[in-house]
Amino acid sequence: MKVNEVPQDVRDFKGAEKLKKLVYAVDKNGNYEGVSSSGWEAENLATKQAWDAVDDALADTEEKVKTGKLSPIAYYMQKCLMDISLLARYVGKWKWQVKRHMKPAVFDKLDRRILEKYASVFNVSVDDLISFGK
Amino acid sequence: MEIKSFTHYQHAHCESGVTTNLLRHEGLNISEPLVFGIGAGLFFAHMPFLKVSGTPGTSFRSMPGAIFKRFNKSLGIEIYTKKFKTPEDAMQMLDKVLATGKPVGMLSSVYYLPYLPEAFRFHFNAHNLIAYGVHDQVYSISDPVLEETTEIQYNDLAKARFAKGMPEPKGFMYYVENIPDKIDLRSAVAKGIKKNCYLMLSPPLPWFGINAIFLLAKKIRQYPKKLSDRKAALYLGNIIRMQEEIGTGGAGFRFLYAAFLQEASEILQNEELSKFSEEMTEIGDIWRNFAYSAARQMKARKSDLVSYEELGDMLQECGTREKDFFKRLGKVKL
Repeated sequence: MKVNEVPQDVRDFKGAEKLKKLVYAVDKNGNYEGVSSSGWEAENLATKQAWDAVDDALADTEEKVKTGKLSPIAYYMQKCLMDISLLARYVGKWKWQVKRHMKPAVFDKLDRRILEKYASVFNVSVDDLISFGK
Repeated sequence: MEIKSFTHYQHAHCESGVTTNLLRHEGLNISEPLVFGIGAGLFFAHMPFLKVSGTPGTSFRSMPGAIFKRFNKSLGIEIYTKKFKTPEDAMQMLDKVLATGKPVGMLSSVYYLPYLPEAFRFHFNAHNLIAYGVHDQVYSISDPVLEETTEIQYNDLAKARFAKGMPEPKGFMYYVENIPDKIDLRSAVAKGIKKNCYLMLSPPLPWFGINAIFLLAKKIRQYPKKLSDRKAALYLGNIIRMQEEIGTGGAGFRFLYAAFLQEASEILQNEELSKFSEEMTEIGDIWRNFAYSAARQMKARKSDLVSYEELGDMLQECGTREKDFFKRLGKVKL
């Protein structure tokens, strides 16, 4: 890649436009140098697609929480880009326990202490956690 | 306090970038490509069995931490490293070392770094950054992927250093203890090149080195038959991100490595290496073409057999060229 070929395609989503990265390219004498790049169409499309997939899945889960099929833990887990095994590590529970807590009937009976644990991992208040989707 | 003499430089990649900035602060005149090359950073891995948020793991570089270790070992640089049990201990130790005037490198999770744009914040736990000052529990940070220095609050930094998942940083921190008076850059460069040839060519497993490029070429041809359109698009997208998103310097570290070979040719006074550098640039350009075509295919989201065949062909070419490249590079007298 030559210096004048370094793409400057601005990525305009989720604050990505704020970050210019360094790439390596050859100048007209054939010498390598670091060049600042705003982004590249190919890469921007891939990043955008990954986020769209996250947002789609989140909207889907939100619907399930609202219709009483899943507890708010499922929603906040996805919002924080976690999966069950990562969330289990953060709250110090087994995976099967976290899975159980995603059932609304089990969630409604959870101890305050456990709810606080989840809320702090998700960086929300316990009230936000309990009332989500209601 | 803030270490006034510390200078921040932006780099392509966090690990080689942090290493470069720490050593420059200690007076060693070094560049990111040299750190990357001496650390034998170039690699390729494709692990269909290791799913990262549902897509097969692909990497264009060595394991996190390997570049840093190999580079320092090769030059005889002494580094103090430590992991911790609790965030309190880890943060206290950080303050202590900063007070002695040493910039400190740390592992962190990008998810917990509020100064990064949301678009890049996911649970990647092997991001390197430097703290070079602290004032009222606000830390001055040099993050090599950023153009300028930034700041982070105590709580955020503690969270980032104690992220959970794979791998867990456990507060890992490091600083330069001693740089030998005499540095043998020439032998380190030669060793780094040999090591990288070995790493690319020798793994007898299909998931690592050159073999993995051929493996991915084969797999990609099967995408339209084996995967839904949506899945295939997500798989392609992930390869493109690993290759081009923040941190690789373009073409999955291939341009960074070409830059290294150019510097190596000057250091070793070896004209042949500069030809190899040009060749690696050409190979990088093929990777870029691949990413460009893959992105178009991804966007179209149609299981068009011909296009996936073409993508497979391009990867096959990358693999064939790199195999031949490293075989010949390994034979150069250095």
